Amino acid sequence: MIRINNVSFKHRATPILHDVSLDIAKGGVVALIGPNGAGKSTLLSLVARLQALQTGTISVDGLPVDTTPGRDLAKVLAILRQDTTVASRLRVRELVGFGRFPHGRDRLTDEDHAIVDAAMAQFDLTDLSDRFIETLSGGQRQRALVAMAFAQGTDYLLLDEPLNNLDMYYSRALMRSLRSVADAGGKTVVIVLHDINQASAHADRIVAMKDGRIVADGTPADILTPDRLEAVFGFRMRVETIAGKPFALHQL
Amino acid sequence: MTSAVFQPSQRINVIAGLGLAALVVLSLIVGVSPLSLDKVLSDPEAMHLLVVSRLPRTLAAVLCGAGLAIAGLIMQTLSRNRFVEPATAGTAQSAELGILLVTLLFPAAALWVKTLVAGGAALIGTSIFLVTAHRLPPQQPFLVPLFGIVYGGVIGAVATFAAWQADLLQFLSVWTNGEFSGVLRGRYELLWIAAVMVAIAWLVADRLTIMALGREASIGLGIDYARMMQIGLVIVSVITALVVVVVGMIPFVGLAVPNIVSRLMGDNVRGTLGWVAAGGAGLVLACDIAGRLIRYPYEIPVGTVMGVVGGAVFLWLLFRRGGHG
Repeated sequence: MIRINNVSFKHRATPILHDVSLDIAKGGVVALIGPNGAGKSTLLSLVARLQALQTGTISVDGLPVDTTPGRDLAKVLAILRQDTTVASRLRVRELVGFGRFPHGRDRLTDEDHAIVDAAMAQFDLTDLSDRFIETLSGGQRQRALVAMAFAQGTDYLLLDEPLNNLDMYYSRALMRSLRSVADAGGKTVVIVLHDINQASAHADRIVAMKDGRIVADGTPADILTPDRLEAVFGFRMRVETIAGKPFALHQL
Repeated sequence: MTSAVFQPSQRINVIAGLGLAALVVLSLIVGVSPLSLDKVLSDPEAMHLLVVSRLPRTLAAVLCGAGLAIAGLIMQTLSRNRFVEPATAGTAQSAELGILLVTLLFPAAALWVKTLVAGGAALIGTSIFLVTAHRLPPQQPFLVPLFGIVYGGVIGAVATFAAWQADLLQFLSVWTNGEFSGVLRGRYELLWIAAVMVAIAWLVADRLTIMALGREASIGLGIDYARMMQIGLVIVSVITALVVVVVGMIPFVGLAVPNIVSRLMGDNVRGTLGWVAAGGAGLVLACDIAGRLIRYPYEIPVGTVMGVVGGAVFLWLLFRRGGHG
């Protein structure tokens, strides 16, 4: 369980988060949605201790993120940040292998290699495993980074807009993979999404943020209503239900 | 499409090892008074020359070359920029300023004290460089080395001014221009500490590779980023200070060798560290031997030879990068 209690955050003098409290139970896919600048990425980076907490507390499975040793947290929680760039000349297999670093430190065991192979297979990277990252397309690179976070083998997986750079095929494939690791592996996936229809199709729960506050929290059917969406995004859109799931026609 | 991947096979390992061994033997033989290895055991004078002068000189070149190449690799990792090295980003200049100041204030201080002060100065100078480098926009990769060159130039100018005021300019040139002709038994042994630093780098090789992925990726994988930064800084500063104090700075090794190895083999430090160290040792040895032969029986300092060789390599790297887009 991720517990976020009364977290506020300022970047210099600019307030980013206002007294945010949120509990995320173990298991399932939780989507964070909201307009640009709502504080979604900041909240995720605070949970993953990439930025120091200013006020409030955050714990993951009872481990306070600000005082738990980084290595212990790295076995519980993995994060992929938005726009992660890899400037190093590493092969796909090497990059994904570094996801195992928190477990084996400097030596990969046979079990580690098996997990790396499985992660590469899951994200359709097996044929690319000996290629240098810099020779891949943006989408392939993004999949390699997701596979690395996945190979970390943690119960909690935080992903900040992982669908960037992915085409329709791989966006759907990634969301379905995340769905299956949550269902079969009992993992907790917290994912920042811009496409609310992906959230509706694949998430169990949607948390909507705006101006540094949580403004809506519920199942896709709760959140995807014209009134709620207008409150979050600032304009009215049609919502249609297809195959039992609500979809917002925000392009119209 | 398959990428051109250079996999070092057992055979290439052997060839590289033999090449380095050949350079070592050549370095033992070549010099003003010729030395043939078959006479060493029977001729006490030849033995003396070997043990007191040639062997220390050869070992010094190997230790400096390996150390500087690793220092360059680590500096490039910490700054996430391929175009920096201790000689061009303020580390060497800070060490020179440090040893100059301690020579001015405490002329009788022991060599290890001076080395310690030089190391401390290098640590401060490199920290300031890295803090600034991390604030420069990453979309402009050439800003970091440009800033480093200006920054190193300013520190070097301060050192030159202080040396000029104190009439110590000749001393300064001893530290700024590497030369192995003065290396004798009893005057190079501090350099073995550089070998210890290379060993530490080997121990933290995987962490260095992850550091190159950036702060967030490092923290995400449970690495104590600030602590690793400090370890890297200490390795770079100690190696540079040792080289400056014992033989004088040798430019470009730290730039050329890690870049060439990265081109050929990638950036997984666990796999490349040995090649970087061996490449640095071989390059410095080759330049020192060339310096002994070009104007035989006179010598050209290794720093000067390296300036020419390394400059050409640096230009090649820049143009290659330009071609890549």
